Amino acid sequence: MVRGRALSSSPDIALSGDTAGLPAVAGLGIEYSAVEKRYGPIRALRPTTLEIHHAEFVALLGPNGSGKTTLLRLTAQLARPTSGSIQFRGPSGIESRSAARRRLGVVAHPTMLYDDLTAEENLQLFARLYDLPDAAAAVSTRLAACGLADRRTDLVRTFSRGMRQRLTLARALLHNPGLLLFDEPTTGLDVAGCEWLAGELRRLHASGCTIIMSTHQGGEVTGLATRTIALDSGRIVRDSRSSGAVA
Amino acid sequence: MASQTQTVREQSVISAEAAPRLWPGLWAIFAKEVRTELRTRELLVTTAVFALTVVFMFSFSFDPTSEESRHIGPGLLWIAFLFAGTLMLEPAFLREQSNDTLAALRLAPIAPTAILLGKALSNFLFLSITEVLLIPVFVVFYNVGVASVLPGIILVCVLGTLGIVIPGTLFSAVTAHARMREMLLPLLLLPILTPILIAATEATASLLSDPPEWPSMGLKLLAGADIIFLIAAYFLFDSLLEE
Repeated sequence: MVRGRALSSSPDIALSGDTAGLPAVAGLGIEYSAVEKRYGPIRALRPTTLEIHHAEFVALLGPNGSGKTTLLRLTAQLARPTSGSIQFRGPSGIESRSAARRRLGVVAHPTMLYDDLTAEENLQLFARLYDLPDAAAAVSTRLAACGLADRRTDLVRTFSRGMRQRLTLARALLHNPGLLLFDEPTTGLDVAGCEWLAGELRRLHASGCTIIMSTHQGGEVTGLATRTIALDSGRIVRDSRSSGAVA
Repeated sequence: MASQTQTVREQSVISAEAAPRLWPGLWAIFAKEVRTELRTRELLVTTAVFALTVVFMFSFSFDPTSEESRHIGPGLLWIAFLFAGTLMLEPAFLREQSNDTLAALRLAPIAPTAILLGKALSNFLFLSITEVLLIPVFVVFYNVGVASVLPGIILVCVLGTLGIVIPGTLFSAVTAHARMREMLLPLLLLPILTPILIAATEATASLLSDPPEWPSMGLKLLAGADIIFLIAAYFLFDSLLEE
């Protein structure tokens, strides 16, 4: 069994740093207990026990097929563990799967956007799915924040990769999630896109959000993490902490 | 800081109380499907042209009299609806694959059944539109009057169409990841829809007979099959989405 390094937990919520207009959120903590995932004979993730605390910024490193995406999909409840369990911990204790799901945001290489809808229609759809009380205001705010307010009525299929990724992040942030999962978010982005994403990650982390990001490359984005977990062949091979670059 | 912490705690309590919802998600997905279809018109045009072609081909091939039309017409009509429905249902979940939008729907705090029912409802609307276009053509080419039995025809069409789209949408989700999905969906779906085809054909034939008969048994069979399909889809769909 692979055991990740347990960290001291704090009952209070860290709400500090330059949030630059982002609302403060209660980051979710996650406890993985002997979580294993098999796809037939393939062990995508070996039994893993790991604790990630709220407001941590975790970078998952490893080559293709190391289990990063599997760990993220299990965390996002898009896949069910073959064995073991995952618990989500909010400020008032353990949260149910459905309650935790309301506070999850996912950004992956696929944009999870509808090409035949406009930027605004995409966000409106997800605002309705998340039953946001003031959907119109939330959509306008997010479109402005990602710099796409003037392209709000354009179909997503006309957007560049960088614009799609910005809209993807806007979709993921629409409901102020407490846990953000990034699956290789820099894939296909140019240098300017990576710099923009690094700035967004810095602000999100400062707002109190827990962030888990997988990547198979280093660079500025990975340097922001306060904790680095390296995976290989479905097991954790390294778990280290750093100060990160939140400020 | 204290007020911020309070806000954070209140937000957490609210989120903990919420449970996955069915209706808001269902309507949101239905609206999205309709909006997309109105913009692209891919499904409606393809399906309507296909169904009309089937009806034209049978008409020109057999050139039936009015009496013959009463016997073979209902079967031809429902075969056209069935094939058109199969054609329409195949992309229902395939469209969600290109950008992994199905994952985004599954991440949302809605009941998984909302995804199925939202899509089934939109498929019901699209197939009903095809039927509305097809029935007048059928009346003209097959020389069959439906005006006096129109309420009955509408009822049979509603129940029969539900019987096609509920299992069809479910199987569309099943086959979306398969390699031979274009062939697999009809292979899986058509045997299951045989009871619907028989009941709808019998019910339509009763209504078109001279004198018309009210198809109580056919309607009961269709309604029963619809309920069974709906219950099965409700309980199966969640596990079908799980990896």
